[in-house]
Amino acid sequence: MRDVAVIGIGLTEFGEKWDTSFRSLCVEAGSKALEDANLDGDQIDEMFVGNMSGGRFVLQEHIGALISDYSGLASTTHIPSTRTEAACASGGLAFRQAVTCVASGMQDIVIAAGVEKMTDVGGGETTDTLAGAADREWEGIYGVTFPSLYAMIAKDYMHRYGLTREQLAQVAVKNHYNGARNPIAQFRKEISLDTVMNSTLVADPLRLMDCSPVTDGAAAVIVCPLERAKEFTDTPIKVLATTQATDTLALHDRRDISTLDATVAAGNRAFDMAKLERKDIDFVEVHDCFTIAELCAIEDLGFCKKGEAGRLTEEGYTALNGDLPINPSGGLKSCGHPVGATGVKQVCEIVEQLRGEASGRQVDGAEIGMSHNVGGTGATVVCNIFGRV
Amino acid sequence: MSVPRFWRKQPHRYNLLGTKCETCGSYFFPPRTLCPTCRRNGNVVEYKFKGTGKVVTYSIVRTASSPYDLEAPFPVAIIELDEGTRMTAPVVCGLDEIYIGMPVKQTFRKIVADGESGTIVYGTKFVPDK
Amino acid sequence: MVGIITYGAYIPRFRIKTEEIARVWGANGKEIAAGLGVMEKSVPDLDEDTITISVSAARNALLKRDVNPDDIGAIYVGSESHPYAVKPTAVTVGEAIGATPVMTAADYEFACKAGTAGIQTCMGLVKSGMIKCGLAIGTDIAQGAPGDALEYTAAAGGAGFFIGNDDVIAEINHTCSFTTDTPDFWRREGQAYPRHGGRFSGEPAYFKHIQGAAKMMLEQMGTKPSDYDHAIFHQPNAKFPRNVSKMLGFTSEQIKPGLAVPTLGNTYSGAVPVGLSATLDVAKPGDRIFVTSYGSGAGSDAFDITVTDAIETEIDRKASPSVADMLSDKVYLDYAQYAKHKGKIVMQS
Repeated sequence: MRDVAVIGIGLTEFGEKWDTSFRSLCVEAGSKALEDANLDGDQIDEMFVGNMSGGRFVLQEHIGALISDYSGLASTTHIPSTRTEAACASGGLAFRQAVTCVASGMQDIVIAAGVEKMTDVGGGETTDTLAGAADREWEGIYGVTFPSLYAMIAKDYMHRYGLTREQLAQVAVKNHYNGARNPIAQFRKEISLDTVMNSTLVADPLRLMDCSPVTDGAAAVIVCPLERAKEFTDTPIKVLATTQATDTLALHDRRDISTLDATVAAGNRAFDMAKLERKDIDFVEVHDCFTIAELCAIEDLGFCKKGEAGRLTEEGYTALNGDLPINPSGGLKSCGHPVGATGVKQVCEIVEQLRGEASGRQVDGAEIGMSHNVGGTGATVVCNIFGRV
Repeated sequence: MSVPRFWRKQPHRYNLLGTKCETCGSYFFPPRTLCPTCRRNGNVVEYKFKGTGKVVTYSIVRTASSPYDLEAPFPVAIIELDEGTRMTAPVVCGLDEIYIGMPVKQTFRKIVADGESGTIVYGTKFVPDK
Repeated sequence: MVGIITYGAYIPRFRIKTEEIARVWGANGKEIAAGLGVMEKSVPDLDEDTITISVSAARNALLKRDVNPDDIGAIYVGSESHPYAVKPTAVTVGEAIGATPVMTAADYEFACKAGTAGIQTCMGLVKSGMIKCGLAIGTDIAQGAPGDALEYTAAAGGAGFFIGNDDVIAEINHTCSFTTDTPDFWRREGQAYPRHGGRFSGEPAYFKHIQGAAKMMLEQMGTKPSDYDHAIFHQPNAKFPRNVSKMLGFTSEQIKPGLAVPTLGNTYSGAVPVGLSATLDVAKPGDRIFVTSYGSGAGSDAFDITVTDAIETEIDRKASPSVADMLSDKVYLDYAQYAKHKGKIVMQS
């Protein structure tokens, strides 16, 4: 198994991109990544594209071929191209597949992209499509929306650990503070605690400002063997670990409703693979599809005890200038959540931070960063750890 | 809406017909044909649940997709049936009536209809067991 | 002797007061409530319909007494508000009580007497030995056009009876019917609301047919009204059954337990079934019960019933709610909520 490095990253702006189509978004991100890596398209050996639901959002399947085609590679170099899907962890899957492909020696230069075009359909269709991330047969059929599932996690968590509504809201406040400093973020405005606390109830106890938005966007990352990285970039970032885990699809089948066992498993595997400890991590990009998800992530990744993350957030522990910055990008809440792209965007943010290029929101002394990407209510989790070379 | 897909699980939705692994004693609702503990070594048979349980956690759905939006706001909960297995279902009660630990029992209700001319899906919801 | 094995009713929780409906149409609610003898009526929940109510009534019957699903050979559901015009309510009830697939089933329509027609059919099948046990249900989510007189009374509810031979809790000694072609109240296919002949629905319709069947019953059984402990008549409002019972010679005491309409409204096919359920809830062994239903179009089914000891030994009446229990478990709605519940608001198609 070879060591793998990230040599190029590319991101589109995240938001409601009325003028940009599904395929254009992905090609834009990919092109930027190639620029960043000083690569020509001809040099790409293989492609992985993470996408949750092209089939419902734009009625398009066969995404691997589509993106290979519009990248100009399908008819010329005929590269292998695969779509990966694990709901909101589709991007994470794409990245891990790309890394595994290079680590195994199968290919040398592989691009992992993630894309989601969510605004071509109305809100109702979007809500229903996202419900496919959960158990359609035994959760969705009852009108149980995706937010209501995380709301049930929040209810359980608050009941057992005494988390207050204000503490939960602080997650959104912090992430908007960070997102305001991220040029590609969907929402580049700070918000107050009051704004969060007074926003419309979506599914008790979660309010509008506890929920990540509907977003269009794409991200791309190029990886190659570490030993070749300096051919393409002066700032290669080493992949120290890439891991994945599954848990039951339906929330009601979980061992513990407010612990994502897949996060625990993938997190432990990542620390094992990287031969690191929690204290070695300088910052983490976690999957805050809802504010409660960030709190669970911090705990389930092992950074603190169960029930403590709310207090830590309130005390500023996870702020940009705190002891363990969480979601310097603004997270899913402020940066936006184009479902299939998020897992790859997280990698882009970590790489930028480790290169020292995240101006305005740079984590001081960032040496090792971690990402955490979740599918559904925790049925799939992908974790990655990166370090400066 | 798929006719066969909803028809296939009618007896299960209507009557809380799940399964049980006779090898390890685990109960499953929704039904599973493969026991996660015993896998191919498990002897999984049909089992009809008693229909009583308690609320483990819940939320009030206020924003729902069509056609559930007409019934919003409505409570949904993860319910632990007496046999120990957990399932998700709407609970029919006042919005401020529901609480963690509330005893509930099954009731037969309309789940969703396919518009004005399509089929109607029926199933089990829960009501407070006073 | 053929009779009732077990019985159960179901009434939705929601109510709307007569005065609240009157308020919307600018009418005098107090006067109307007094005139009809109906104070409030039941309203279905957003996820309830004739199928769900029928299932709940059948399950309430089974909670009072176990019936082997294999013994159920027939299911008939009578209603004017079956959710499907084609696909019977009876099969969903069958599935929901585990009686499928070895059984016959069909849905009945005969305005408010469709449920009692089902009882007669089950009696025939049981008496002939063709089946061991049959289930007859009468349920409706009655529709009254906005602003029409029927809107004050059109309610939701139903009740079911398992009919068989073994250890019956009430013997059905005899049944007879009086049926003619009389257009007092009707609904054309595809129409949302029924129409009626106004005052024509009184004497030539309700009164003629109930008296026709009731007198036939008294004659055929050689009985007088005073031979009975309880009497149940179809109850589109409280006035009609009070009048017809008096005309026939029954007292207000006799009809009291079976008169649910003042706080329930008219549940159409569910009316007499619910009234009979309410009576069985309080009946004692040996009680004799006189029943006459009425369905517009028009016809009346009469029944002569004797309660047996089994009502105290073979069934647990407290195992599921009584009609009185369900009538007192209520949540009031205003007219706007009521309109939403009854699908009277024109939605985006």
